[in-house]
Amino acid sequence: MKSKLLTASLACALTLSSLFSGQARAEETIKVGVLHSLSGTMAISETTLKDTMLMLIDEQNKKGGLLGKKLEAVVVDPASNWPLFAEKARELISKDKVAAVFGCWTSVSRKSVLPVFEELNSLLFYPVQYEGEESSKNVFYTGAAPNQQAIPAVDYLMNEMGVKRWVLAGTDYVYPRTTNKILEAYLKDKGVAEEDIMINYTPFGHSDWQSIVSDIKKFGSAGKKTAVVSTINGDANVPFYKELGNQGITADKIPVVAFSVGEEELSGIDTNPLVGHLAAWNYFMSVDNETNDAFIESWHKFIKNDTRVTNDPMEAHYIGFNMWVKAVEKAGTTDPTAVQDAIIGVTVPNLSGGYSAMMPNHHITKPVLIGEIQNDGQFEVVWQTSGMVAGDAWSDYLEGSKDLISDWRNPLSCGSFNVKTGKCSGQK
Amino acid sequence: MHPLSHRACSLKIFFFLFLSFFLFYAGPTHAGENTTRFEEGLSLLLHKDFKLKGKGIQQIADSGEKHSEQLLQALLEGGLYRVKKDNTLVYAAIDGSKASITAVLDGRDLGIAKKRKLKKITINNTLRTKLKGVLAAIDLNNPDPEIRLAAVNKLITTPTMDSSALLEKLLQTEPDDNVRLALTTAMAIISLRSPDSEQKLAALAVLRGSLNPAVRNELNSLIAREQNQEVRKKAESVLTAIESKIAFYALVEKIFFGLSLGSVLVLAAIGLAITFGVIGVINMAHGELIMLGAYTTYVLQQMMPGSISLALFLAIPAAFIVSGLAGIIIERSVIRFLYGRPLETLLATFGISLILQQAVRSVFSPLNRSVATPAWMSGSLQINPILSLTTNRLTIFVFALLVFAGLYLILKKSSIGLQVRAVSQNRAMARAMGIRAARVDALTFGLGSGIAGIAGVALSQLTNVGPNLGQAYIIDSFMVVVFGGVGNLWGTLIGGLSLGVANKFFEPWAGAVLAKILILVFIILFIQKRPQGLFPQKGRAAG
Repeated sequence: MKSKLLTASLACALTLSSLFSGQARAEETIKVGVLHSLSGTMAISETTLKDTMLMLIDEQNKKGGLLGKKLEAVVVDPASNWPLFAEKARELISKDKVAAVFGCWTSVSRKSVLPVFEELNSLLFYPVQYEGEESSKNVFYTGAAPNQQAIPAVDYLMNEMGVKRWVLAGTDYVYPRTTNKILEAYLKDKGVAEEDIMINYTPFGHSDWQSIVSDIKKFGSAGKKTAVVSTINGDANVPFYKELGNQGITADKIPVVAFSVGEEELSGIDTNPLVGHLAAWNYFMSVDNETNDAFIESWHKFIKNDTRVTNDPMEAHYIGFNMWVKAVEKAGTTDPTAVQDAIIGVTVPNLSGGYSAMMPNHHITKPVLIGEIQNDGQFEVVWQTSGMVAGDAWSDYLEGSKDLISDWRNPLSCGSFNVKTGKCSGQK
Repeated sequence: MHPLSHRACSLKIFFFLFLSFFLFYAGPTHAGENTTRFEEGLSLLLHKDFKLKGKGIQQIADSGEKHSEQLLQALLEGGLYRVKKDNTLVYAAIDGSKASITAVLDGRDLGIAKKRKLKKITINNTLRTKLKGVLAAIDLNNPDPEIRLAAVNKLITTPTMDSSALLEKLLQTEPDDNVRLALTTAMAIISLRSPDSEQKLAALAVLRGSLNPAVRNELNSLIAREQNQEVRKKAESVLTAIESKIAFYALVEKIFFGLSLGSVLVLAAIGLAITFGVIGVINMAHGELIMLGAYTTYVLQQMMPGSISLALFLAIPAAFIVSGLAGIIIERSVIRFLYGRPLETLLATFGISLILQQAVRSVFSPLNRSVATPAWMSGSLQINPILSLTTNRLTIFVFALLVFAGLYLILKKSSIGLQVRAVSQNRAMARAMGIRAARVDALTFGLGSGIAGIAGVALSQLTNVGPNLGQAYIIDSFMVVVFGGVGNLWGTLIGGLSLGVANKFFEPWAGAVLAKILILVFIILFIQKRPQGLFPQKGRAAG
């Protein structure tokens, strides 16, 4: 039944996009690139974002389009293949002449397209939480930087739950490695001893968690309150949580706080053994306010399935798209350089009940929410920052990056300005 | 909640708190007051603030009202809701977008309501711990010895001087041996904190050999703070004894982990041992045939939602048929044209694997599907406080052995098995004897593929059921088959299990990533020495 609905919604999305291309011939349009994998390993996460973009563009068109023109989505499929991301990005910018691109999920795909966007001077809106340590003139980071997700989560565990011993578990690639490096430095800074931190990396899609979970259990039975900070990616989470449940590690014994597990990931598993484990995001579907209700309602209507969930990267696209629309209206043109100048300082409502602003370092302000998993696959917010947190491109806890700042306004206009030496390295 | 009623409510609460404070010191309370206390506790649960909810829980527990246990249990399990319109507390059993609800206060059946009209009473970790503690205190008097044992173990983790008297009282009436043991352990831990050396020595004698983690922590802190030489020496010797016991059980656990990983490898590889080993086809789509088996399990569970276990058992033959047929179709339509050209076969089957993956993505969506685990397969078999064997792994280990035995019997005892062996040993001679080699090829490929489907059923209980399921296992499967010796079932079994155990022994000191690399390097070196694998095939085919 569900799959039928999905096929129907896919077919609907296809007809919609063909409708757009039909209009393209009739009148001049503004093209928007959507660069998300629709096949391959990352399709699991990215397909939803493609649908989100189609919905946002559709809604904007219903409101009368942008600068008097209709918007047209150009959807390409980079097929979870990192070099193909760069090729498809080049195709979108040079051939389709899109005004801006919304896309990418993994850090490696972002790194792959980055030189293309810088060379051809176009705009990329990147909607996923990432490891930081980057700031490009052409990229707008609407997902969380480490200080908007990882650091507040650790603070919560330390201060509210009295955690003294830490397991940093992650998948072996750039995002968990950098995040854990930042967290390790942060924890040591807070006086946590070396022997109270256990760091563990596993390959992509790891499915045999027996001995690691058993090690965590042993590490956690030393009498001090222990928590797991998980940067385990996508697919590996289900067997990880299953093993936790089977070995009897419940949230009240050793809580796990995850940075890559959201509503979408939970919709594939039985959440009963996971109740009480945590996740840190900037948005949860369960957030109770009118903007969010309206967003969920239009999402269900668009996707024609009212059991589909919404998640944090979707909210990031919502914010990013609205910021871009506002900046284009402000600049009066879709010219990338003009939009880059206009978008800094633009403020739009987010879905967690506040307003997000684009900062000069191309990161945005967001609230940080900690949620506990409930048995219906949703999160219950148990803590949140009192105000908005501005994304920090360069971590304050890493050697070599703590002296760097990023500010794309004139006269500085630099992504990595060293305040000690007064020099700008990298892109200007 | 309406702002006015909210204010009225907090006034009421304030008044009530005052009242309950008074009652607490006024000695035994009688039933009427307890009921109001219970009801006021309920109204506290309606608040959004977790601290107020915590107070509510305490009041409900203190009220001693007879259905307070049921209520707290429902709250812990997330079965307690409030009706949005009038804030009545109800128990709700959710079924899709509908829920059948019963009133908490008088147990009245309120019929069916829409789920959207209800709001769940949510709790956080702090409240969950509190609820478990409160329920454990109630459970100490539960008639079921297992529940009592769990309740006592809960107490051991947070022993205080004043729980000693309670434990002593319980010990006098406790009939069950295990619970008595847990109670004495808990009391001994408390005695370790007393200032009296004699008492400590007596407690240490009781604790010798106890594997409870709380004991070890307590001993460690005792050794750190103890002044008395005699007590400290005794504590150290008790601790060493415990630790050597733990080391032994850790070894047992590691071997179990290794065997269980190995059995998964054997399951995934054994189908390949037939297709690759017996008819020499490098089938890169083998992983996708496993995936088809897993999806068959999912579809069957969707078709019969009420009986998860039955669906799982039916999935075994169903997956065998689905994957087996898929295998035969692949063999008849593609592979048979490519026999003797391994490179082309490799590329063609790799293409097939991509087609199958994308087909599943279009039919079932790229999202992972959730396959439910029957209750008897979740949880673990507790051998002692530090060694527990997870039931799903144990089941799959036994299942792998059964599949192996079944396959072995087919190949050794049945006539099709005889033909398969004949064709694999000498194709020309077998044909001369009147065996239809082409038909045997198709059936063998179907058999290998069917076994892959069965492996998929088992894997659906361990990992994600998604389009990428197969990719994760294809490399490992080839590794096992090459290591064990091509064309030899025993080789696959021994090879798979020993690779699993080796992996688990490497993992703790090398990490999961490096362990995998080490295993690969080891196999490469091994193949240099023995190109035929562990159990080389004998006879003409070996040449």
